[in-house]
Amino acid sequence: MTVDLMAFARAVANGDIRVIDLTQTLSQEFPTIVLPPELGQCAPFRMEEVSRYDERGPAWYWNNISLGEHTGTHFDAPIHWISGKDLPNNAVDTIDVAQFIAPAAVIDCSKECAADPDFALTIPFVEQWEARHGKIEPRSWVLLHTDWSKQPYTDYAGLRDDGAHTPGPEPAVVKWFVEQRDVHGFGTETIGTDFGQGQHFNPPYPAHFYMHGKGRFGLQCLTNLDLLPPKGAVIIAAPLKIKQGSGSPLRVLALVAGGNA
Amino acid sequence: MTEPLVRPRRKNPLKRTRLPLRPQGVRSRTAHGLTAAAAEGRFALQICLDCDTVIYPPRDACPSCLSARIPFREVARGGTLIAETAVRTTTDPYFRERTPWRVGTVKLDVGPVVVAHLHGDAVEGGRVRLELKLDKSGSAVAIALPEKDTENMADDPHLREMTCDPKFRRVLITDGRTGVGQAMAKAFSDAGAAIVFVGLADPWKPFAGMAGLRKIERVEIVPLDVTDTESVTELAEQNGARIDIVVNTAEHIRAGGVVDRHGLTIAREEIDVRYLGLLRLAQAFGPILRFRGADGVNSAAAFVNLLSVHALMNWPAYGGYCATEAACLSAAQCMRAELRPGGVKVVTVFFGPLDIDWFQTVPPPKVTPAALADAVVRALQRGLEDVFVGDVAEDIRQRLAVNPKALEREMAN
Ligand SMILES: [Zn+2]
Repeated sequence: MTVDLMAFARAVANGDIRVIDLTQTLSQEFPTIVLPPELGQCAPFRMEEVSRYDERGPAWYWNNISLGEHTGTHFDAPIHWISGKDLPNNAVDTIDVAQFIAPAAVIDCSKECAADPDFALTIPFVEQWEARHGKIEPRSWVLLHTDWSKQPYTDYAGLRDDGAHTPGPEPAVVKWFVEQRDVHGFGTETIGTDFGQGQHFNPPYPAHFYMHGKGRFGLQCLTNLDLLPPKGAVIIAAPLKIKQGSGSPLRVLALVAGGNA
Repeated sequence: MTEPLVRPRRKNPLKRTRLPLRPQGVRSRTAHGLTAAAAEGRFALQICLDCDTVIYPPRDACPSCLSARIPFREVARGGTLIAETAVRTTTDPYFRERTPWRVGTVKLDVGPVVVAHLHGDAVEGGRVRLELKLDKSGSAVAIALPEKDTENMADDPHLREMTCDPKFRRVLITDGRTGVGQAMAKAFSDAGAAIVFVGLADPWKPFAGMAGLRKIERVEIVPLDVTDTESVTELAEQNGARIDIVVNTAEHIRAGGVVDRHGLTIAREEIDVRYLGLLRLAQAFGPILRFRGADGVNSAAAFVNLLSVHALMNWPAYGGYCATEAACLSAAQCMRAELRPGGVKVVTVFFGPLDIDWFQTVPPPKVTPAALADAVVRALQRGLEDVFVGDVAEDIRQRLAVNPKALEREMAN
């Protein structure tokens, strides 16, 4: 079969294929995951000016940046979780690069989440979605459209006395995604792929446990999921090639067919 | 009694800012014995160990018996103001702006006669108490205060030149999330600060003290994260010209030594919060503080560093933390030299273990956040530069003076 990549490039250039940015801006203010203070912490994004057309560098502007592998919009590799630690090619530098391009099934639960920050995704909810849009294709990203990226930071992090309150999947549905639907990975708009109170599930943090245990991937802190169709978008999500990296901040793009609507 | 200070009117933004000047500040190495005493608020003069003569001004040998055994010791500060005069004209640029300036001679009960600056309530022929203060050049001078406190005595313009009284000044508490930060905000509000800016990082992270902080009079919460250069710079750009005292309450306390910690993540964090945080604050606020050192009643006055007393001697149980504190102390000494041209004091406040969660397993005595905050306010009111708060801090200070090597070994147990 011949593939016309030039036609693809023309379609991107003329807008027949729209390119949608699913990435949050890396900024100092953007919330990073919060763990108990005595545990190791993910570094927030920081930037130090090296020079700005001044005595430190007369004609150029540049910065040194520091951040964690899981800061801002980022990719989780299987090695991130203990369940995926022994899989082959489980780190960002060794994953087959073809895996960085895959279609997406976008499940809209934004209304439910607006009503309840503790909304938990279940198998029946996804089955209803499939009844409307068809079965999730194998090796598709499942992206949870919660509109959480539109929340002010206080609600975005959802921190209360008993921890975070943000939507996410129940254990059963994650297991079902990898075993019954052979999904490529799971992506969310929230700080993590897991339910805010996911430490109380069995297993704790099921999105991490099941996805990475089967060598599947995670994306979090996504935005603009409301601009994607339920099916048919193609996601380009290529993490930095960090030696034995557990994840990486990255630019996530979605390709969507159809002119500027 | 002293004419009470009136809250300064808002500054006319079109008016030129008066530049800071300093009195002559050269002292002999021996005379810096007075500087050390003034920095800690002690009244110490040389005493001859051979003939008991109390010596002033500082000398290298006893004027009575030529003994060289003449250490500085605390002595009684009472005396009589035997004569006074007022300087009305002078070629000294600092005093020219401040005439008439009263000076007098005080006959101390312990012997010497001292030429001193005079508090407005010190009366010729009357009893006075002498204090050593650091003037705007950072050098020790003597000032005669009335024997008993008088009304509004802290408002005396001569005395206020030598202190950093928070009254009517605008203060920045850099981190309001900690117990110390909240106690500090309360103490400065109670001390009559005109505005208490309280920095808050990551406002999306709730904390228990938030409601209480908002209830404190004249508190203004401002976004500030000392680990974020942009955040520090922005606050200085927006509010730097109306901040007269900076109190850095950013804290990062973790147990663990240098060998027995696993990896560098915690070390990087503590260096980022404490040492680099201090540098960010120094670069953002230092130049404007120094420029505003003579800007009226609410001139820029002080930068306060809260330091573990173990900055002076490592405590291996919290060894990594102590090493960072030592770096902060060194930076504070540098800042002191850099801010001196503005007459801005850099205060180092040394404390032992605090009565907070991060020292949960450490037995008492511990310093409560409120006690630390009170000590900071009192130090500024008195114009001190080095302050030791609590029994542990005082104990370390004394043992360090006697035998640093012994202290090093003892801290390891
Ligand atoms: Zn003698």
